[in-house]
Amino acid sequence: MELFFQQVLNGLTLGSIYGLVALGLTLVYGILHVPNFAHGALYMVGAYVSYITMVDFGVNYWVAMLLAAVAVAALAVLCERLVFNPLRDAPPIHDKIAAIGIMLFLEALVQMQWGAEFRRMPTPYTEILDIAGMTIPAQRVLIIAGAFSLMAVLHLFLKKTMTGSTIVAMAQNREGAFLVGIDANRVAMMTFAISGALAAVGATLFAPINLVYPAMGHLLIMKAFVIIILGGMGSIPGAIVGGLIIGFAEAFGGFYISTDYKDIIAFALLVVILSIKPTGLFSKGVH
Amino acid sequence: MNALTKISNFFMTPAMKIVMIVAALLFPFVAGNEYQIYVMALAFVWAIAVYGMNIITGLCGQLNLAHGGFFAIGAYTLAILTVDNGWAFWPAFIAAGAVGAILGFLVGVISLRLKEHYFAIFTLCVGFIIYLLLDKWEELTHGALGIINIPAPSGFGLVDFTETTPFYYLALAFMVLSIWLASRIAHSLLGRTFLAIRISDDLAASLGINLMRNKVLAFVLSTTYASVAGALYAGMVRFIGPAEAEVTHTFDMITYLLVGGIGTLMGPLLGTLAITWLTQSLQFLEEYRMIVFGPMLVVLVIFFPKGVVGSFLSWRGRRLAAAHDASQTKEKAASNASSNKPSAASTQEAGNHA
Repeated sequence: MELFFQQVLNGLTLGSIYGLVALGLTLVYGILHVPNFAHGALYMVGAYVSYITMVDFGVNYWVAMLLAAVAVAALAVLCERLVFNPLRDAPPIHDKIAAIGIMLFLEALVQMQWGAEFRRMPTPYTEILDIAGMTIPAQRVLIIAGAFSLMAVLHLFLKKTMTGSTIVAMAQNREGAFLVGIDANRVAMMTFAISGALAAVGATLFAPINLVYPAMGHLLIMKAFVIIILGGMGSIPGAIVGGLIIGFAEAFGGFYISTDYKDIIAFALLVVILSIKPTGLFSKGVH
Repeated sequence: MNALTKISNFFMTPAMKIVMIVAALLFPFVAGNEYQIYVMALAFVWAIAVYGMNIITGLCGQLNLAHGGFFAIGAYTLAILTVDNGWAFWPAFIAAGAVGAILGFLVGVISLRLKEHYFAIFTLCVGFIIYLLLDKWEELTHGALGIINIPAPSGFGLVDFTETTPFYYLALAFMVLSIWLASRIAHSLLGRTFLAIRISDDLAASLGINLMRNKVLAFVLSTTYASVAGALYAGMVRFIGPAEAEVTHTFDMITYLLVGGIGTLMGPLLGTLAITWLTQSLQFLEEYRMIVFGPMLVVLVIFFPKGVVGSFLSWRGRRLAAAHDASQTKEKAASNASSNKPSAASTQEAGNHA
């Protein structure tokens, strides 16, 4: 039974990080209809910024997280301005290719600067908690609590503030949003900034129990795509639920089936689901 | 007609093809060393795969991100059949193409029900599944160790394809065959059908085009190209590992395609050759070539989405149209001049236009 709860905990940890990354992806998709293949690279840059500020400059964990969030948000806005904005009216294949270009560039840049070796990110929360006979590493609690509170904050921001509503409005109906005077550029930049910040925070939370290396975003971004397809592209609750589904599937699949193939589970799930329902599980519209 | 137009016209004539083939045939004699011949042969092999990508992505408009995976499937099929099962090269080579086609059909039937972004994301995942299987399925693929001692294509006692120069000609032959086939497809009704699908799914469907059947056909053609290229690659490099299926290879091929000109006939070849030689001359960048290529991809899609060949074709088209307009104006002016009283002003104008 204890092993079972360990897997539940694992699933929750993975699921909350996946959800956080998928949220950023789904927000951008909802506004611009761009599948941002560079999102995984933003996640990776976030991990490096916190790693470098913590290890080389001795900055506090939380300050490092904040710095990473700000830096990656700025980077994401830069990408939007320089790349995605000029491509707004281009054929749909172009922005995908451009996103891939950004991804390749960021990875190569980080690898040139800091090398390809695996690094372990330090964390101030190394103690093991003992709750009702179960041993739980503090960092995992931090990940779950951090991710879910961030999702709650995001939810409040989107629902309760005027600025947040402009994002929702634009995702719902582009032309309608223009009619009521919403500035498309401002919303696009804001969305990219939020998505970048979410990726950076997710990376800083997750990296201490994982490793930091230039290709760390590859697998994650693909899983995030699986999640937003599962949850319906552009849907915010869908991203969170999808993240949890994939997280649990991996935790239990990895434990009860095979650790070797645990990374394949998400993709196999995608293949099965899309074979049955080509528009994703929770999507409403056609195509 | 000035010199520039004459040169651009020459590029469009059949004579140009002969010039290119002769240049390719003579290349081993003018190459400085064997290494250059090797690089060129490797570029030809990649070009075959890029032609495959051009069918599904360039003509049919579906961004297939599993292309590198199918390249690896071809390479692995050949390697497993020859090294582990003792097949001869050529039967294994044909089997590699067939396996690529069959798997392409299975993947295509599922993935092509999806549109645009969904399709790109789905194929990205398929590519990754292929990579993971090659890496983890040790009984079949030897896992991360890869497969060594793959035999070179057998020359039936006449030629020795372990030598670089004979292999160069073999690769050239296969590439010319691929381009010929690609051009037949592009100029046939099938090619037009693919184009119609690229322009608009709905429009094509309303013309009575069976979307699914044609898309699957384009996909199967492209995966067959990829796996044939992969099999040739395995016979050339003689060692393969799971890294062949890495998604970076797919991105490399997208770069070749974009630089040359997506959807054009000579674009894939030009792009592959140009980038291969550029990479060779930037050897020190090998590891970090994406620092150059990443932004280049972005700049290309923003400013030159048609690539070298596409830009050339539209430049030529504009020039011809301009020349046509000018001659029409001249004729008009001349007829005006003959019917009305010839005035100094109108002759002056006509003179300017010419």
